Amino acid sequence: MNRMLAIVERELRKFFRSPSLMLTAMVFPLIQLVILGNAFGGKITDARVGVVDYDGGPQALRVHEAFDSVLANIRTFRTIPCASDKQAQEDVRSGRLDAAVIIPPQYSRRVLAGEKPTLGLVVDNSDQFLSGSLEAEVQALADALNQPQVPQRVANTIALEIVELYPFIEYMKYLLPGSITLAMFVSVMIGGGMLYIDDKARGVHEGFLVTPITKLELVGGLVLSGALKAIMAGLAITALGSLIAGLDVLFHPVALLQLLLMIVATSFAFNAMMFLLMVRVEDPLVPRAMFGILNTLLYFPSGAIYPISAFPFWLRALAQVDPFTYAVHGFKGVLLKDAGFLAMLPDLAYLFAIGTVAMIIATRLFKRTL
Amino acid sequence: MSAEEAIRIEHIVKRFGDFEAVKGISFDVKAGETFGLLGPNGAGKSTLIRMMTTLIPITSGRAFIDGHDVAEAPDAVRQCMGVIPQALTSDINLTVWENLSIYAKLYNVPRAQRREAIEELLEAVDLTKWRDAETKTLSGGMRRRLELARGLVHNPRIFFLDEPTTGLDPVSRVAVWEMLNKLKARRQLTILITTHYMDEADRLCDRIAIVDHGHLVALDTPANLKHSVPGNNVIEVQFEAPPEDWEGRLGGLAEVTAVQHEGAGMFRVLTTNGSRTTTGLVEMAVRAEVAIRTLSVQNTTLDDVFVHYTGRQLRDQQVKAHAYVMPPRPGMQP
Repeated sequence: MNRMLAIVERELRKFFRSPSLMLTAMVFPLIQLVILGNAFGGKITDARVGVVDYDGGPQALRVHEAFDSVLANIRTFRTIPCASDKQAQEDVRSGRLDAAVIIPPQYSRRVLAGEKPTLGLVVDNSDQFLSGSLEAEVQALADALNQPQVPQRVANTIALEIVELYPFIEYMKYLLPGSITLAMFVSVMIGGGMLYIDDKARGVHEGFLVTPITKLELVGGLVLSGALKAIMAGLAITALGSLIAGLDVLFHPVALLQLLLMIVATSFAFNAMMFLLMVRVEDPLVPRAMFGILNTLLYFPSGAIYPISAFPFWLRALAQVDPFTYAVHGFKGVLLKDAGFLAMLPDLAYLFAIGTVAMIIATRLFKRTL
Repeated sequence: MSAEEAIRIEHIVKRFGDFEAVKGISFDVKAGETFGLLGPNGAGKSTLIRMMTTLIPITSGRAFIDGHDVAEAPDAVRQCMGVIPQALTSDINLTVWENLSIYAKLYNVPRAQRREAIEELLEAVDLTKWRDAETKTLSGGMRRRLELARGLVHNPRIFFLDEPTTGLDPVSRVAVWEMLNKLKARRQLTILITTHYMDEADRLCDRIAIVDHGHLVALDTPANLKHSVPGNNVIEVQFEAPPEDWEGRLGGLAEVTAVQHEGAGMFRVLTTNGSRTTTGLVEMAVRAEVAIRTLSVQNTTLDDVFVHYTGRQLRDQQVKAHAYVMPPRPGMQP
């Protein structure tokens, strides 16, 4: 036990003497949180929609008024008059316009005669997100135009009443659990993976191997010290990230305790897993090369940036075994849902279980000789 | 194993796949002795020392350290020996004191003795005033002295040093030798040292083993090894355009025991009587009108012993890498 603590002491002394490496590790997830949170979280505004009016009648005027109301309220788009549908298509293709609405000839007459009037919408579907938003907005306008001007006395349509359990969650808040998990992973990768292999390659571990330290003490010391470093990174990023994303979790002691539990479990699982991956690696370039692969393989399928229910079967299977998934789920429960201790129990159990199994295998694989 | 023997090696073999690095070497080292292990690069010295210090498994044969079988009781071996590997194992981000303290804990040195043991060692290696300095700020010589202290922090009886002065300037090397002698006398250490420096081996070692191609080719005291080489003196002479039969004619001079042609007109002539052979050599050169560029006469040294037993052929063979070798960081001390 004393020998294991000596390894922990060495690692932590190094960490506190030269924390710049670990601080750098935290910058990446924070930048990601701020940039992605702002880039993806907002709604479309001020898109340029061309309007070709071949009708000019009173019903076409209603369409123009509906567009004006959009500009005066949610500002999803502003309209620009166009001379012809050909010109409008060319402008959408070249990027001068984001979409174009075509009001065909005889539109007003067809509306009044009830002869299936149509409005045309030309979209640039190479950008699915923008075209989808504009389609939804124009469809909503068309639905509103279809409503009778004098409402029916008895409604004969089914209305859906939506109950939202939580206040509106901005995308940055949605990203925060993933950012905390990512920061801890980067910390583990640098503090538990790269430094371990660098020490091994420089011969520092040769010094340990000639002492009577056991395999379990050495592996336990390295995993424990790596976990402590990741816990510190996790706490720092939770505090900073909560402030940036505007969450008040720092002022709730029970939530803080739950977060601490999640951070400890995640650190342990990640460190043990990383040690298992690195236990037979000799070349310092390997962990650097593996970083990108592991990041993609573990972070993206975890539901940190996109819901797992949108994944194909094989990616869902990967998410099912990915420890990131359980870490992200647990952090979401505490940070966004106030879901309580019982809700995070399966996540904690999985993380501790995978950490323990990884550590047992890593200890067995660890070579006590060069 | 007798009580006098600190180390005993019996027919020890190490194979890496098809390559046999150590081919059945046996020797013993008496308690209190300083034993040198010499040999060219790739001869098997480091493999041998790594097997003795539990760092790599022994393929066959047995090794006993302080009576403990290396294969059967590695932890007992690790507790009774101190090891300074070729690589610098002290941590550059920790202070001198912290490095020693952590190793004292790894060897389970009791808390009550730890401080005293470290202070005594720091004084012995002359690093007391640098105790709080970060290791990365130390010179190469100071780091080697720190390594010496680190290897002795648990007061071992047997001390293994694998090329402890490689890369040091002559002044630092002498300082390391003096400290090693002082520590040996104070702690009654048995020392096994590998080195490339013949003067170091001559000065420090009671006995020397020369290893080549995985075999033990010579083992004796430095004095006896020098006597074992034919000739008491070496004449190093360089001629300008010597004739083709010149090596044979040099061999025919009085008292000459061996002649080695080293190219570019350079010859090493081993003789039992340096002055008589030199006189004859100069007279022969004048008669044959062969100009002498340089000439020096020396006593036989361990260098001559080394060359005699191992030859002068370059050893650029491949050996199995035990680990990836990390290049030093820029600005890092060796």
